[in-house]
This record gives sequence, C-alpha cells and structure tokens, in this order.
Amino acid sequence: MPPATNITTSPDVHEPATELLEEHIAAGPSHNAAPNYADYAVVAARHPWRWVGTAIVAVLAAAVLYSLLTNPRWEWGVVAQWFTAESILRGLGQTLKLTLISGSLGFVLGFILALLRLSSSPLFSSVSWTFSWIFRSTPLLVQLLLWYNLGYLYESIRLGVPFTSITFAEFQTTSLISQFAAAVLGLTLNQAAYSAEIIRGGILSVDQGQIEAATALGIPRWRRSTKIVLPQAMRAILPTAFNEIIGLVKGTSIVYVLAYSELFYTVQVIYNRTQQVLPMLLVATIWYIVITSVLSVAQYYIERHYSRGALRTLPPTPLQQLRAFFTTHATAKINSPKGQP
Amino acid sequence: MSLAVSQVATRGAVAVRSVDKSYGNQQVLHEVDLDVAEGEVLVIIGPSGSGKSTLLRTINHLDKVDRGTISLDGELIGYKVRNGKLHERRESEILAQRTEVGMVFQNFNLFGHLTALQNIIEAPIYARKIAKAKALARAKELLARVGLADKADAYPRQLSGGQQQRVAIARALALDPKVVLFDEPTSALDPELVTEVLEVIKDLAKSGTTLIIVTHEISFARDVADRIIFMDSGRVVEQGTPNELLTNPQHERTKSFLSKVIEPAFNI
Repeated sequence: MPPATNITTSPDVHEPATELLEEHIAAGPSHNAAPNYADYAVVAARHPWRWVGTAIVAVLAAAVLYSLLTNPRWEWGVVAQWFTAESILRGLGQTLKLTLISGSLGFVLGFILALLRLSSSPLFSSVSWTFSWIFRSTPLLVQLLLWYNLGYLYESIRLGVPFTSITFAEFQTTSLISQFAAAVLGLTLNQAAYSAEIIRGGILSVDQGQIEAATALGIPRWRRSTKIVLPQAMRAILPTAFNEIIGLVKGTSIVYVLAYSELFYTVQVIYNRTQQVLPMLLVATIWYIVITSVLSVAQYYIERHYSRGALRTLPPTPLQQLRAFFTTHATAKINSPKGQP
Repeated sequence: MSLAVSQVATRGAVAVRSVDKSYGNQQVLHEVDLDVAEGEVLVIIGPSGSGKSTLLRTINHLDKVDRGTISLDGELIGYKVRNGKLHERRESEILAQRTEVGMVFQNFNLFGHLTALQNIIEAPIYARKIAKAKALARAKELLARVGLADKADAYPRQLSGGQQQRVAIARALALDPKVVLFDEPTSALDPELVTEVLEVIKDLAKSGTTLIIVTHEISFARDVADRIIFMDSGRVVEQGTPNELLTNPQHERTKSFLSKVIEPAFNI
C-alpha cells in the first residue's frame, strides 16, 4: 500500500476504535454474552512513517552509491588492479600480524595489570596504576619513536646483576630493536594500559558474592580469577575490547613512522610512485573495512558464547532468524509472524 | 530423598574463643565464646546487625578476627602455633582449611556461567584435586539427593530460587566438609520455596554433619536445632535447647525479640 493513503486515512482509523471501546463499556453490564473473537482475522498494525523513512534512506543511499560508481576520479579500475596485488597483500599480512601479536599480548598484559591493580597490595596496585598512567599520557607516536631510538639512549642492553659487573649476556640495542620489535613493543604496551582499565571495569562488574563463594570453596586464587570471575566479566569487557581491537587494526597504520611495511605504509609507497593517491587510500580503506566486518561478526558470536547462563534462553542468531523467516514464509502464506528478533 | 552418609564420628567440633571483630569503628563481635560439638546442629538467631553472619564468616576465615581464636577439631583456623606465637598461615593452607568448612549463602552465589553440575564439581577438582570422573559421579549423586537429578545441565538463572539454593547446598557438600555454615539460607526465597530448602537441611541434620545455621525461621529452628543461641549487638546473650530458649527465655532482650518474630501459631 502506498504511504500517502495510510497517512490520509490514519485519523479515521482511530475513531471507530474509540467508538467501539465506548460502546463496549456501555454495553458491558447489559450484554451477558461476550462476543467470540476466536474466528476474527488479525490485521497487523500499519507503520506509515516507516515507509516514509525507508524511502528517504533509500534515496540517500542511491545518491551516495551513484556518486561512488559514476565519479571517474575514484578510479575504481586502479583500485581493482591494486586490491589483490602482492605488495598490498603482504602489507595486509603485516597489519594482521601486528594486530594479532600486539592485541593478544596487550590483553594478556592488561589482564595481569588489572589483577595487580585490584590486588590488596599497595605496591602492586600502584605499580599497575603508574604503568597505565604513563602509557595513557604519552602519545603512541612518541612511544614508537622512543622504542625505535632506544639504541640512542642505551647503546647496549646487559643481562646481569644490577650494580655489579657480573654480566650474563649483552646485546647491541640497535640489533635487538628492529622496526618490527619497536612496533610490537609500542603497540603492546599502549594496548595493555588501555585494556587493563577495560578488564578492571569488567571484573568490578562481577558480583562480589561470586568471589566470596569461590573463596569459601577453597578454589585457588588464579583459578578464581580466570575461571570464575573473568568469564563473567567478559560480558562487560567484550564490547569495549572489540572497540579497542578494531581501533588497533587501524591504529597499526601509525607504525608507518617507523617505515615498517604494513598496509598503510605500503599504500603510501605505491601512491608516492604512481600519484594515484585516492584510489590507493581506497584500497587500504576497503581492506580495513573487510577486517572490521570480520571482527564484528566474530564479536557477535564471542559475546553470545559468554552470555551462556546470563540469559535464560539465547535469542536466535541473525542466520537462524533468516532461516526461520524463509521456512515460515515458504510453508504458511497467511498469519505468519515476521522474523522477529 | 535421604542424606544419610556414613560420617566419621570424630569430626566437626568448632571452638570459638573470645573473638572480637570490628569493621572500621564499629565493633560487630564482642568477646564471643562458643563451642559446637561434633555432629551438633546449632541455630543462631538474633536481630539484623547482631553479628550472626560475621561470626559465620570468621569460622571459614572469609573475615579475619581481630582478637581471639577459632579452631576446628583442635586446629586453629588461619593460624599456626610456633614458638609460642600465632603465625598466619599461607594462603594455600587457608584454602585447604576452607575446604573443610562448607558455606551456603543467603543469595546462593552459584556461578552464573556454569551449569548446576559444573558448579558442584569445580571445588572438588580444583581445590581438592579429585579426579574429574569421580567428582562428576559424586556431584550427580548429590544432585539426586537434593532432588534435582534432572537439572544437572541447567544454568542457575534457569532455576527457581529454591532449586538454586539446593544446588548451592549440594555444592557445599561436594567437599565432604566437617562443618556446614548456613547464612540465612531461606531469606531470599519466596515463602512457597522455603520449605523445599528447609527439608534438605533437615535431612542433612540427621546425617551427623555439624551444622551452624543462621536463620529467621523460628519454627524451623525449633524443629532442627540441638541448641539455639541468641545474639544481639555482637554478643551471645543466651543459649539453650529450643524448648528452653524459645518457650522460656531468661533475658529481656531475648523475650522482646521472640515476641516479635514468633507468630501465635507456628507450624511448618
């Protein structure tokens, strides 16, 4: 039905309803036999404004899509040509590697920092606090450059007994800290500082009674933290943690300052040579979108996994909803409920 | 459903000696002395804030006492005597001591992300290092005893309050504790669900395990207790058999408390 018809008829729709209600109230005591509604067909409520909204959104989306596809300056041909080029894929691999390593190390370190911060020892908690304070107050760019130039501050790194001349091993700092090592160090430590706070927030959201019960049962501290508290904290941690990981995927682009050939640096090198700046940026952007999309789907299922026991019954996944929608529509033509969430 | 287990008769004697405990400026336990015999069922009653729960929590060292000692079968809880001094025990030793003392909480505190069965086997496996197969068999047996054999794979939120509390009791029993502490086990339950939990506790009382129960269910206390103590403002005011204490209290404070909590006709 076209939206216009709905809008014009909508005032009339209400009146009979009111009349009916009044009639029903008035008729209530005098009529003993209540009408039997069992055979009545159910007419779904109409939402005319949804149609208007849908139309507006559709027009806007079409306009954006049209401009993206028809403006020749986007140079889609160049994008397609480079999208799966070997150098780009290699850069993408480096980006994924950096994200994976710094992300997992960062969160593991963050978990330990969160436990230290929550420990009853004032020393542990202040060490953890200071770590977060330092790494959250300095720009990531500065941290990366500092790690990379560590050789300037300390020519060699010596493993031995402090304040004595006993040395077990000695390394040249410059040979130890490669671009990759500096990138991982910088990203990991920075990530740890932020994830420590996220994890601490999650842990605080778990009911104190859970810890008390685990303590009363004599369950060891580490098991208590990792198997009782953490899984329940995950529900609060995950949404923000995925924000961080998605941020990190794109944040790895900052290591271009170290001339480390991840995706973004690779793209820069190419467009400096070919002068096709925008299409090359588009190549990188689309890859970031792809990674983020995959992560978002992963996030959905991981969050679902950790909501076991938190909800009485889990709602169906979008896939299950879709399947249910098609099966009900294929089998029953009338009175079929729409795939509701 | 019977909880009759072959208990070793010589276990579960608790001795509390002049225990003081404060939270900040507020002293919640004053010079508390208490002896609980092996296999005795002791019920603690008293108004809110009288220190009943704190006393329970000190018995399994969830709260440290400020002064005084608590011992279980002659072994000091949380401390070791060496060269005339009380040395604080290491955490691993304290954990081992806690496995001897089961605790059932007012709010059940079941682990929400674990099924009923997983809740029960957690401590036997990781605190007592019992083989998983053995722990599972025992857990199923315990679930059957509390009447929930069919709920092994249910998550706590899928259970009613009474069922959750019965799982929590099974969880406490899985460690074969010498003493089981109940901290107002029915206070968070709908009146309808109270009975099913109390029945389980009554069965347990017959089994010979030492039980210390904090409750407001006076008629249940009368039924199950060997002895009742009345606490107020962190002190043990009066104690005696259910008959002595409930029908013939000596202290004014006990009388006024009982007059408020006992309804004219009390029947379970």
